[in-house]
Parts: sequence; C-alpha cells; structure tokens
Amino acid sequence: MTARKIVPGLTGLLLAAVLALAAPAVQAVQPDEVLPDPAMETRAREISKELRCLVCQNQSIDDSNAPLARDLRLLVRERLKAGDSDTQVLGFVTDRYGDYVLLKPPFKTTTLLLWGAPFALLVFGAIGTVIYLRGRRGVAAGADTPPLSEDEQRRLEALLRKDQA
Amino acid sequence: MLRRLIYLLPLLLFAGVGIAFLRGFERDPRDIPSALIDKPVPAFTLPPLPGRKEGLSSEGLKGDVTLVNVFASWCIPCKAEHPVITRLAREQGVTVRAINHKDKAEDALAWLQRNGDPYASIGADLDGRVSIDWGVYGVPESFLVDRQGRIRFKHVGPLTPQVVEQQILPLVKELRKG
Repeated sequence: MTARKIVPGLTGLLLAAVLALAAPAVQAVQPDEVLPDPAMETRAREISKELRCLVCQNQSIDDSNAPLARDLRLLVRERLKAGDSDTQVLGFVTDRYGDYVLLKPPFKTTTLLLWGAPFALLVFGAIGTVIYLRGRRGVAAGADTPPLSEDEQRRLEALLRKDQA
Repeated sequence: MLRRLIYLLPLLLFAGVGIAFLRGFERDPRDIPSALIDKPVPAFTLPPLPGRKEGLSSEGLKGDVTLVNVFASWCIPCKAEHPVITRLAREQGVTVRAINHKDKAEDALAWLQRNGDPYASIGADLDGRVSIDWGVYGVPESFLVDRQGRIRFKHVGPLTPQVVEQQILPLVKELRKG
C-alpha cells in the first residue's frame, strides 16, 4: 500500500470522526411534544433547560430521555398553553418538587453561603492582599524600622571612617 | 494580633465552605426532600382499577392516618416492599392506600392477584399526572398522611422493616393522638 492510498483512508476516518462529534446530540424532545406556536415552543425549551430531571439528576428535562422528563416537558407546554408566564410554570414545578428541581438554585437565606461564599472569599482575599502589600511598602520605606541605637550609630561611623581611610 | 486575624479569615471562610460541602457529599443525592411535607395533599380524584369499587381522592384521605404507597406492577423494588406493606396493613393495623402509577390496569390487577392486596383502596394514575402533583419522581414512594389530610412524612424507595419500625410506626402513633 502506498502512502497516497493510506492518507485518503485516514482523512476519511478523521472526517467521519469529526462529523460524528459535530452531529447534534440525539434530541430528547419528541416530535409529538413540539408546540405549533414556535415562540411558545422556544419558551418551553428555555424553561425545560432550567428544570432538573429528578431521575437522572444531572440532566435537564430538555436533555433527558427519562419518562418523567417527558411528562414534565408535556406539563410545561400544557401550562404555557393555559397562559402561564415562565415564572408561573417554574413555580408550578417547584411547588411539587421543591427548589431542587431548579438547575440554578435561587438566591435565598438557605443558599446564601452557596452564592455569597465566592464573593466573600474574593473580598477577604483582596483585603488581605492590600494589607500585605501596604506592610511591604512600609518595610521598603523604612517606616517600620526603629532608628539606630547609640551603640549602632557609633559602630556605623567607625566603619565608615575605616572605609574612608 | 488583629492583622493576623484578618489573614486567617479567608482560611476560616474556606474551611466553613469546605465543611458545608463535605456534609453535602454525605447526603444521598437520590433522596430528594419533599416540598410537600406538612402541606395538605394535592387535590385529586383517581378512578378505581376496573372491577373495583373505590378509587382514591384527596377527600378520602381525611379522617384516619393513612400510608399512601405509590406502586406499579412493572417496578421491581415494589415487589420487594410488598410483604412489608402487607404486614403494616394486616398486622400493625395501618390503613394503606395506593396510587397505581402509570400501569396497565390488567397488569396491576394480575400483580395484586399474584402478590396479595393489602390496600384499602387504589387509585389508577394512568398518565402519572397525579403522581407529579405529589412530587413523585420514581416508584415506589410512600407518604404518611395525617387525619387532617396533610403529608407528614415521605419515604423514597422500597419500605424496609427498619423504616417501618423506626420511622413509620412511631409517627403513626403520634399522629393518631393528634
């Protein structure tokens, strides 16, 4: 086999691999679920992406093939058709499954640590850094160093004199 | 001294967050706390299985302390918990009612025929919509409902003799007093 024959074979293989990776993931949303109104369907998809599939847990119901995820997708669309706002739909689901069903936890007292800790760490770190740097500047300027004692002063002068001589 | 304390603050904060996360890791992520604890059962009416008289409704859950068990004939752990539920109903005198979750009626009836029927009544939830109202995300799940029709306890997964002994029976006793 010549190199020329191998290379197209390899390119073909690579191309297939790239195409396989680039191909869109298999859709969890079934054709019969899709709403006729495209705007409403877009809203339904956006809401679905916010909701956790409770069976598979680390997927949204928009991604998941679990039967419960499908039921919840249908429920979301039903609520939208009934005229609910996006917040009302999310509220409807959290009333039943709690905040856990939201992939993005809401900001409230119980999640204060979760949301606040990174910022608190940043602020404390910045304060620490500022204090540290100011301290160093002080050292460089000699602000922190006590003046020479009489004895030290005498020894310094003696050394300088010796140097000049 | 104060300055040293300020240096320590980020470390303390980090340790705090670390401990909080560590405690989170010890939780079973499959055990999702119910949003409905201490709330009235959702309003619903479910028809009975064919050939049976009584279905299940929110009104029918008032009056007595009741265990509501969500089961399906296709659910393997349901079969495992079935003897536990049967004992709970027949020997310990707890009223057990059921939501038959997304099941074919004939499959459910055959299952009860084969394994025995400890349920005082069964509501057929064919499309699983009532189960969603109860916050059910898998079968089996069991709820303890007090006399006023409020959900007081939820167990996810098959009931075991330990859960019955340690959690359900003491709670039934307490709720019956109230």
